[in-house]
Amino acid sequence: MSFDPAALRRQFPLLAGDPELHYLDNAATAQLPQAVLDALVAHETHARANVQRGSYPLAEGATEAYERARESVRRFLNAGRADEVVFTSGTTAAINVFAHAFGARLAAGDEIVITRAEHHSNFVPWQLLRERRGAALRVLPLAGDGRIDLARLAEAVTARCRLIAITHASNVTGALTDLAAVVSAARAVGARVLVDGAQAAQHGPLDVQRLGVDAYAFSGHKCFGPNGVGVLWVRRELLESLPPVFAGGGMVGRVSLEETTFADAPARFEAGTPPIAQAVGLAAALEWMLSLPWAEIRAHEERLARRLLAALAGMDDVAILGPRETRERLPIVAFNLRGIHSHDLTQVLGDGGVCLRGGHHCAQPLHAAFGVEASVRASFALYNDDADIDALIAGLAAARRTLR
Amino acid sequence: MSAKDLYHEAIKSLAAADTGHGRLEAPDGRATLDNPLCGDRVEMEAQLAQGRVAALAHRVKGCLLCRAAASVIGKRAPGASAEEIERLTADLTDMLERQRPPPAGWEELSAFAPVHAHRSRYGCVLLPFKALLAALRAARS
Repeated sequence: MSFDPAALRRQFPLLAGDPELHYLDNAATAQLPQAVLDALVAHETHARANVQRGSYPLAEGATEAYERARESVRRFLNAGRADEVVFTSGTTAAINVFAHAFGARLAAGDEIVITRAEHHSNFVPWQLLRERRGAALRVLPLAGDGRIDLARLAEAVTARCRLIAITHASNVTGALTDLAAVVSAARAVGARVLVDGAQAAQHGPLDVQRLGVDAYAFSGHKCFGPNGVGVLWVRRELLESLPPVFAGGGMVGRVSLEETTFADAPARFEAGTPPIAQAVGLAAALEWMLSLPWAEIRAHEERLARRLLAALAGMDDVAILGPRETRERLPIVAFNLRGIHSHDLTQVLGDGGVCLRGGHHCAQPLHAAFGVEASVRASFALYNDDADIDALIAGLAAARRTLR
Repeated sequence: MSAKDLYHEAIKSLAAADTGHGRLEAPDGRATLDNPLCGDRVEMEAQLAQGRVAALAHRVKGCLLCRAAASVIGKRAPGASAEEIERLTADLTDMLERQRPPPAGWEELSAFAPVHAHRSRYGCVLLPFKALLAALRAARS
């Protein structure tokens, strides 16, 4: 299948219906292709029922669709088994579930390594765990180029380290993390590795077996799926050993007055009615992604990022956050325009149909490392093209006129 | 309502004037408030005399709207009581949410009328007022 961004864009009704819209906020949420909308509507129209419990055909069909969705996630992640996949409401919930389950067996003085580049969702849960369990946090700093300073791994990962919780790619700078180095450092001391894949998952299928990590979290809405569904993948032997976090229906073996036994994973971690239609929609999104030519798409996204980086680097009032090269990065570019606040800038650009995000992007420690409170972020997805960059650059000129 | 309506000359002038920017040597109360959405920060200091604002100073790391709002405070708040600032903040909220007229005596706030069309920016305008209220509460306690 050859790649044509214009043809892909036509598969997205929201974008196809508004040629003047330049949607560059994909790191926050990606748009929905028709295939996913169709799958959602079809499921809710013809197959809506609760899962696991009913033995009538409609419920059995819903259960079958839900479990097929788990298999789609397995394929997307190239995980060994579908029962390593836990559905959650999103990356944030996935990381929190893991923090509670894995954290339950930590003792005072055990250490968790995180980084300054983390989204708050992979930062605050570990601060809370520190308070609950007395665990110690070690924070890897940023290097001079704005990437996570992995040269400090040996110093940060001690014999007391139990977990490294790290992003696959910064949601601000787009910098990709060399997970091989992280896994190697963790294995040397018997620690586990949890990866926040919220950003990386949008840019193509993954291979958790090759990555060698122990747990991986991502969201449906960032990879062309619906809101309200996410994934926590955990290596089977680890997942089986973890205690439940939420209690309720569907996660138990037997409940009596005296005690409760728990279901096997993944049901043990999916208390209550799960996000069924959302999981079906996510599966449609992932199957759609699996059908795409990712080498070409990545080259296209990289070219867009390179063009924007070059344009911004040529403006003497622009400061780019993080690496300026396209090596080992996602097509996410954060910057500031001197003397103009990010929200004022995004407000003016929004008027011209250019959708950017301003603010701290839930990454305040990272922004503090760059000495700023906030930034403007442009994040490309497979349907973006040069017209989006043209509009962004023209918008910056307009913003200078309006805001100065 | 376009961004050009939002960023008109009156707003830009207020922000540029930055009236009240600075620090007080001996404030009776101070408060620092953050906007959780964007990380903007307002530090407000106040001195009270007979229950009224005798002096204030602020330092704002924020957007144009936030800086303009702090500037209005720097100009108009001296002489006001905490209760008056509280009422004013409620009136300003009403102005933003329901397009009510600006609070009497604070006509500069009419410059913020176009913000009505941009719900996500209400907090930018209100943050300095909330910081002032917090500083006044600190001063009275």
